[in-house]
Amino acid sequence: MFVLVLAFDTATPAVTAALHDGERVLAESTTIDARRHGELLVPSVREVLRQAGASLRDVTAIVAGAGPGPYTGLRVGLMTAQAFATTTGAPAYAVCTLDVLAYASGLSEPFLVATDARRKEVFWAHYADMRTRLAGPAVDRPGDVPGGLPLVGAGALMYAGVLGEERLVPGAPEYPSAGALAALAAERLAAGVTPDDPVLTAPRPIYLRRPDATVPGPPKKVTT
Amino acid sequence: MADEPLVLGIETSCDETGIGIVRGQTLLANAVASSVEEHARFGGVVPEVASRAHLEAMTPTVERALEQAGLRFSDIDAVAVTAGPGLAGALLVGVAAAKAYALGLGVPLYGVNHLAAHVAVDQLEHGPLPKPSIALLVSGGHSSLLLVPDVARDVISLGSTVDDAAGEAFDKVARVLGLPFPGGPHIDRAAGAGSGSAVAFPRGKYDDGTLDFSFSGLKTAVARWVEAKERAGEPVPVADVAASFQEAVVDVLTRKALQACERYDVKDLLIGGGVAANSRLRALAQERCDAAGVRLRVPRPGLCTDNGAMIAALGSELVSSGVSPSSLEIPADSSLPITAVNV
Repeated sequence: MFVLVLAFDTATPAVTAALHDGERVLAESTTIDARRHGELLVPSVREVLRQAGASLRDVTAIVAGAGPGPYTGLRVGLMTAQAFATTTGAPAYAVCTLDVLAYASGLSEPFLVATDARRKEVFWAHYADMRTRLAGPAVDRPGDVPGGLPLVGAGALMYAGVLGEERLVPGAPEYPSAGALAALAAERLAAGVTPDDPVLTAPRPIYLRRPDATVPGPPKKVTT
Repeated sequence: MADEPLVLGIETSCDETGIGIVRGQTLLANAVASSVEEHARFGGVVPEVASRAHLEAMTPTVERALEQAGLRFSDIDAVAVTAGPGLAGALLVGVAAAKAYALGLGVPLYGVNHLAAHVAVDQLEHGPLPKPSIALLVSGGHSSLLLVPDVARDVISLGSTVDDAAGEAFDKVARVLGLPFPGGPHIDRAAGAGSGSAVAFPRGKYDDGTLDFSFSGLKTAVARWVEAKERAGEPVPVADVAASFQEAVVDVLTRKALQACERYDVKDLLIGGGVAANSRLRALAQERCDAAGVRLRVPRPGLCTDNGAMIAALGSELVSSGVSPSSLEIPADSSLPITAVNV
């Protein structure tokens, strides 16, 4: 069966896109720029398609990182996945961005993934191994993240002082790569996706925080 | 004309997810999903709430528009999107969708200016816009006077608000009067039972010789007046305050709009934006235009508030004027100047 997975993630400062044919990554493009997800993503997709000599019409599945991650950039990926699905007819899925980092770590023992959630907090999740999430994703202060287990991801590096330098897994990825996302998705797709698949979900973002907004009190007086 | 291009327009600059489809300057579909109900209890648009709602609403609203027009996505010849000005996070959802639609369909992308689109939309209803025209754009986010020699290529700013937008003043005064958000329609309705001359509220920048506006002082004057009544233990005559406030706003807006027509010797005035749905603004503008021999154009209310049809209308105008499409790298620009009709 012909397989061509287009994957991308915009939940971290990495804007990353890749194509996977079910066997291997055909092309990948990654740019680190926390402020230009909207400018970079679609040109990156066009570039990996060009490198692989493929057209968007050839794509059999679209997969975006679901976050959690800074919302403005995160939405670019999910909106793009939905829109490609609408125009091409290929199904769109999302995968928790922390699962991508877990998969790329290749670890076979328990560990945590942590990414930067801004506001002095991290997004984190607990894994039994590279494919199995046990808890999370959640958002907490680094000091409230469970101790002991090895750590993967940029959030672990940022708060190594609080979390423990010795817990950092050497050589583990800081940011998710679309190549790893595509490989993970291809693996799940080959196994047959069920509607309640724990990894491949509907293309919706994982926010974890409510919007900042407070219901105002009575109007402020202008006279005293 | 069957050979005119089919243009899909996407608007997400504030709290409306708007999708419009036009063929040339013929409106085929105008689907809008609004998140206004979600903002009402906060007394104003919450950017993050709006951005989340755009992502939820985009795909179903596009599908609804295609269904309204009886078209398939593959029929679309070009995609136009609001590139700015507006709320950055909200704009970005529309821009991301538009780029993916354009690449997915293999059609050109046009990133357009929201304010110029408020002008261009009138062509869907009233035919080609005379060149030049004066445009008064009034909404919750903008209050601008524009000279429009050519809506596809040349829009010149003559003046704008130096503080609050007109619609923002309506929202704030509504709060003072205990009326719900958004304030415009509620004040318009309350004013119907009151007198516009009951209270002499100040008119900011009335005789300053510029074509700029100021509504902040008016808003404060209304609050002071209401508080004085409350302190004296007297009932607040809501209808009269609403009518008098509304009169002050529309008096300044129409006065400056007609001053612009006179100054630039232009005989056509267009009013657009959400506040253009205000009944008193429409009536007073008509009265003053008739007296000055100026032709007035105001789109119907559904095309005055933010919508996708206006983006499609401007996109279509750009296509037929031979303006080059945008690159897939364009940013969403929250402060895009009106001099940039397209990006």
